[in-house]
Amino acid sequence: MSLDPRAEVAERLGLAEVPPPRFASPDEVRERLAKSDYLSDAAIASTTFLADRLAKPVLVEGPAGTGKTALAKAVAEAVGARLVRLQCYEGLDESKALYEWNYRKQLLRIQAGRTESGGAEEWRALEEDIFAEEFMLTRPLLEAITAEDPVVLLIDEVDRVELETEALLLEVLSEYQVSIPELGTVRARQIPMVFLTSNNTRELSEALKRRCLYLYVGYPSIERERDIILARVPGVSGALATRIAQVVRSLRELDLKKAPSVSETLDWARTLVVLGREEIGDEEAAATLHILLKYQSDIERATKELLGGRARA
Amino acid sequence: MLSLLADFIGELRAAGIPVSMSEHVDAARACEVIDLADRGSLRTALAATLVKDGGHLPAFDAAFEVFFALREPPAPAEGEAGAELSGAPGAGEGPGPGAGAGGGGALSAAEIAEMIFRALRDRDAGALRQGAGEAVSRYAGLEPGRPVGGTYYLYRTLRSLELEALAERLRESLGAEGTALGARLAEDEVAARLDGLRREVERVIRERLVADRGSAALAKSVRKPLPEDVEVMHATREEMAQLERALRPLSRKLAVRLARRRRRRKRGPVDLRHTVRRSLSTGGVPLELRFKPPRPAKPEIFVVADVSGSVASFARFTLHLVHAISSQFSKVRSFVFVDGLDEVTHLFEGVEDPAEAVARINAEADVIAFDGHSDYGRALSAFHERYARDLTTRSTVLILGDGRNNYHETHAEVVADLRRRAKAVYWLNPEPAAYWNSGDSVIAHYGAHCDRVVECRTLRQLEAFVGELA
Repeated sequence: MSLDPRAEVAERLGLAEVPPPRFASPDEVRERLAKSDYLSDAAIASTTFLADRLAKPVLVEGPAGTGKTALAKAVAEAVGARLVRLQCYEGLDESKALYEWNYRKQLLRIQAGRTESGGAEEWRALEEDIFAEEFMLTRPLLEAITAEDPVVLLIDEVDRVELETEALLLEVLSEYQVSIPELGTVRARQIPMVFLTSNNTRELSEALKRRCLYLYVGYPSIERERDIILARVPGVSGALATRIAQVVRSLRELDLKKAPSVSETLDWARTLVVLGREEIGDEEAAATLHILLKYQSDIERATKELLGGRARA
Repeated sequence: MLSLLADFIGELRAAGIPVSMSEHVDAARACEVIDLADRGSLRTALAATLVKDGGHLPAFDAAFEVFFALREPPAPAEGEAGAELSGAPGAGEGPGPGAGAGGGGALSAAEIAEMIFRALRDRDAGALRQGAGEAVSRYAGLEPGRPVGGTYYLYRTLRSLELEALAERLRESLGAEGTALGARLAEDEVAARLDGLRREVERVIRERLVADRGSAALAKSVRKPLPEDVEVMHATREEMAQLERALRPLSRKLAVRLARRRRRRKRGPVDLRHTVRRSLSTGGVPLELRFKPPRPAKPEIFVVADVSGSVASFARFTLHLVHAISSQFSKVRSFVFVDGLDEVTHLFEGVEDPAEAVARINAEADVIAFDGHSDYGRALSAFHERYARDLTTRSTVLILGDGRNNYHETHAEVVADLRRRAKAVYWLNPEPAAYWNSGDSVIAHYGAHCDRVVECRTLRQLEAFVGELA
C-alpha cells in the first residue's frame, strides 16, 4: 500500500529515477492554471493534482463548451509541456491513432536494393531494415509515448470512436506503452499526463473508465463564470461581467434545447464590449440573444420568459 | 480511514453505483496524497476515483454528505446545537459544546428571521450557517431515534421560516429594476439565495441526524435511486423532474447506438459493379469482393398508449423515447386513449423536439368518450375498428398501460386479431410484475394474445426494450 504509485509506474517503465511530482498541492495547480488564463474550481484542481500523483489519466466529461479541451491545453502550458492531441472520430483506427508503416518509403528502399545482386542473405538484411523505426509513421499515441520532451496527451471526444477501437487505448492508458508486433514493446520515457474528453454521446466501456480518474465539468457557478469573463475578455467591466453571468444563469435555468455554454458566454461578452455597451437592458438582450442561443425555439422561449414577451428588436 | 472507506463504498454499491476492486485501491491511494482535513478535496478525490458517470454524482453526494458529515470541524453554532439533542452521540465532537453561551434556542422567532435575512442579503455564509442551525433547533422538532431521512424536518423548518415574506424582503433590499430583464434577474437571484438557505438547512438537519443515528443507518434512509432506476409510476415530483432531464440524453445515446449497430450489421449481397471496378487495378482478376451495404427493413411502429392519470407519465416517456429514435423505424403512428381513442401522429410531425409534441397531447387529444376512467376494452375495440386494416406483417404494435380496466369488459379478442394481422404485439406494463392481475388488473387476459408482456417500471427497462425493438 505504501509504495508510491509514481514510483511503481516508473519502475515498470524502467525509468532511471522517479520523476518529481509536477504539483505540490491542489492550490498550486489552481494558481498555475490561473496563470495560463484557465480559472479552475476545487474539483478541477484536485483532480488534476491527483492525476499527477497517482499517475493516472483523467476522463473529463460534461456539456459541450465548458472548457474540457481547454483544461488539457492549460495544463500543458502550466507544466511547460508539449500538447499531443488525438482527435477521435468514428472510423478512427490503429493506423491513425498509433502508427503506420510508411510503405511507400519501404517500397523505395526495396527498389533501391534491387539493383545490387540479390541473395537470400541480402533479403534478410533488407527485411530487418525496412521494419525499423525509420520506416514508421508515428501517430499521436505513439508520438506521446516516445517523446523525449515533456508532453501532455489529449484524447479528444473519445466517445466518438467505436467500442472496439477503445480497446486500442487501453494499453496506452494503463501501462503507458505500445506493443508493435515487428518491433516489440515501446515504453514511455516519462510519465505523461493524459486527458480524455467525452461529450457523453454514448456509454464508454467499463474497462476504459476503470483506468481513468473521472472529472465532471459542469457549468460554472455564477462567481466563477464572472471571473472567467473578466479573465478572458479584455475591456469588460466588473459590473457588466456580473450582469452577463446573471443572465446566463437565468437562461440555463430555463428548459432549453441547448443551454448557453461558457464559450458562447464569452462570445456574447466580447460582442457587448465591441458594441460598447456598459449594461444590458431589454433592447441589448433581445438584439444579441442569438449569440447565446442556437435554436430559434430557444430564442423565442428565452425572449418570452426573460423579456416578458417582447418581440425581437 | 480505510474501514470507513470500505463502509462508504459498501453504501455506494448498495445505492447502485458499481465500484470495482481497483477503484477501491485508487481511492485509498488518493486518500494518502491529499489533505484529509480538507473535506472538499476529500470529496473530489473520492468522486474522481469511485464515480465514473455524471448521472451517479447525486447519489454519491447524498452518501458522502451522510458519511463524512462530521469530519468537518463544526462551527461553534453547530456545537451548541448538537448539545441540545440530549445524549446524542457525536455531539461532543464540537470544540466545547455550548461555548458560545446565550446561543441555542434562546433566540426568538423574529431574531432568527432577521438573522437569516441579513445573512442572505449580505451573502454571509457563516451567519447563514448559524441562522440555519438556530432555525432547525427551534422549528424542526427533531425526534431522536426515529428512522427518517429528514424530509419532513426540512419541510417543517422551511414552513416556519415563511419563505414568501423572506423573498419579499430580499426583493426590496436588492432594489427595484425598471426593465423586464432586470426584474427577472432579480427574481432569479432571490430564488438562488433562498435555495442556498434550503441547502444549508438540509445540511444542518442531516448533520444532526447523523449525530443521532450514525452514518450507516441514515445512509439507508436518504439513499437516492439512480435516475434510470426510479419507478416511473411512483416517482415523487422531484424524481419526475430528474427523469425528464435524464430522458433527453438517454434517447440521444440510444439513437446513436442504434444507428451504429445498423451500419455495422453484417454485409449485404455481393456488389458486382463495384467488384468489377475494383478488379481493374489487379488486371481484371477480382481479388477483392465488394458487398452492397446492408439495408435491413425498418419496422413500422404503432404505439397505443393509455394516458389516464395513473400511467400518464409512463406513456409520455415511452412516446418521447420512441419518437426520438423514429429514424430507426419506417413509420411511427401514435394513438392515445382513456376510454375513447384518438390518433396523435400529426402532433409529432415537423416538430424537432418530441417533448413539445408530448406536452400538446394532453391539451389536444380527444380521449374521453364516457366517464374518464380507463376502458381498455372500448379503446382497443375502437383501435381495431378504425385502424386494424392499416396493419401489415411489417407492423409492430405496442400497447402501453397497466391493464387496470375498472371492471369493464376486456374484449381481449380484438388483441388476438391485431396479432394475427401484425408482425408482433407487445404490451408494456409500468407496474411491478407482482401486482399484475390483482384487483381490477386484467393483464393476463390481454397477455395471452400478446407476443410478450414486458415489465417497464424504470427508464432502464424501457430503454432496453425500445433498443431491442429497432
